[in-house]
Amino acid sequence: MARNATPLKTPRKEKVARPPRAGARIARSGWQHRFHAWRLHHRDSALDALRRLRVTPAATAMTVLVIAIALALPAGITVLLENARAATQGWDGNAHLSVFLKPDTDAARQQALASRWGERADVERVDVVTREQALAEFRALSGFGDVIDALPDNPLPPLLIVYPGDTSPEALERLQQQLGDATEVDLVQLDVLWVKRLHAMLEVASRIVAALTLALALAVVLVVVNTIRLAIESRREEIVVVKIVGGTDGFVRRPFLYTGFWYGLAGGLVAVVLVQVALLWIGSPVAQLTSLYESEYSLIGMGFVNALVLPLFAGLLGLMGAWLAVSRHLQDVDPHLL
Amino acid sequence: MIELDRVSKRYPTPGGGGKDALRQVSLQLPAGELTFLTGHSGAGKSTLLKLIMMIERPTSGDIFVEGVSLNRIGSSGIPLLRRKIGMVHQNHQLLFDRSVYDNVALPLIIAGFPRADIGKRVRAALDKVGLLDKEKLNPVMLSGGEQQRVGIARAVVNKPPLLLADEPTGNLDPALSAEIMDLFQDFARVGVAVLIATHDLTLIARYRHRLLSLREGRLVADRDADEDDADGA
Repeated sequence: MARNATPLKTPRKEKVARPPRAGARIARSGWQHRFHAWRLHHRDSALDALRRLRVTPAATAMTVLVIAIALALPAGITVLLENARAATQGWDGNAHLSVFLKPDTDAARQQALASRWGERADVERVDVVTREQALAEFRALSGFGDVIDALPDNPLPPLLIVYPGDTSPEALERLQQQLGDATEVDLVQLDVLWVKRLHAMLEVASRIVAALTLALALAVVLVVVNTIRLAIESRREEIVVVKIVGGTDGFVRRPFLYTGFWYGLAGGLVAVVLVQVALLWIGSPVAQLTSLYESEYSLIGMGFVNALVLPLFAGLLGLMGAWLAVSRHLQDVDPHLL
Repeated sequence: MIELDRVSKRYPTPGGGGKDALRQVSLQLPAGELTFLTGHSGAGKSTLLKLIMMIERPTSGDIFVEGVSLNRIGSSGIPLLRRKIGMVHQNHQLLFDRSVYDNVALPLIIAGFPRADIGKRVRAALDKVGLLDKEKLNPVMLSGGEQQRVGIARAVVNKPPLLLADEPTGNLDPALSAEIMDLFQDFARVGVAVLIATHDLTLIARYRHRLLSLREGRLVADRDADEDDADGA
């Protein structure tokens, strides 16, 4: 090898010609170059991480699916809850009190009562259902017309339907109390109690889903921690070399952080697909069900924003898992054991 | 260029106490000089290299690289120090998942050199070690001597002022060892401080360079180039 006694060939010849002095000069790069290189390394790390995931498709798919399922579960249930809430929304606005008057109350008294209550501040409107109207309606809807005809007398009481201005539970109860005090009133029935119960149940369910979401998000982080730990293990040699030739911790960390982010993002995207497929799957039975209830209701999907937010959130979870794994395990890969 | 001032390194042992790997070692490595470091295994050669690379820190004493005390360098400054030091390993430490070119380019990418520069510098380094035509190959396809030359190209590609080599000819036959030694001498000639840890006595005898001998962690001999005493190893 003595054939080549000249030092490193470089574009700048004058450096080479310099006599031995305070060591060969270390080549420096400017600030902009440094920033540019930093950006470039981010891009390279991101692409390299992606490429590595593609090299092992089966293992990658497995991890991504685990993440996707863990995310699709709470996301799917949340969508269903949103649907339940939306479907029962209208019922709440319809809250009204059915005020049954004593059977001997005549139509004029009924009308007077209706107009008096109609002027109350906490009442929006009062509908009058006379005994005859009630009978006609009952005959039409119940199918018991023949039985009604067989009765000697109209058994139905006069009815006032009171629509309150304020539908909060307290206001409704107060109104119920006050209307019940009138002498003509037999019974005041609040028709929203079961709606309230339903809403309470939905509230409980959404709390449970929140807890479930938290637990499964943690699971996603742990899955990524473990996956990244294995990745660090398999690239031990490379990490040692990078550290020996002067790679900063950030340089070493970057590809792994991107790997974690990609895992999360991919898992989130697949989760969105899973949820939408599941919604399609139950869509037609739901349509059938709602048509039986003469409702026009149709399922609400995840919505564009949520379909965007979920993968990003998952990406953050992945990043978090990668960060945990890297900060814990990169220390183990020190060049001590060279 | 490099100065060790009464450097000691004690490794703790499981039974308590400790093992002294280096005891009160003081020495200077001037720029432009090639120095052999020798001694039996366990005499402290590797420890000395690790201390200079800041893979380990000394128990006492201080090391100066280009006048900077390593004791004053925190862990965040270690990468910058290592960029001033080219390290050649006995087993090359090449990465077999990428080409020769990418192996040599690694220190430049890490140091943030502009892309256009990287190509020129990598080819200059590969040309220097005579492997310009192998840049696209995977190092696994190269012979042991060629792999070692790739390792050297990687060590010098960013022109560090200091070059450390740990048994660089350990696995090579005499002819290949001579090629490697010629390269190291070339680097010393252009002003690089070169320190070669080896126990290859024929190599040391053939090249009349300065020789440092370690025995049980102590510097027992410091033979200047051209002195006739080959004591110590």
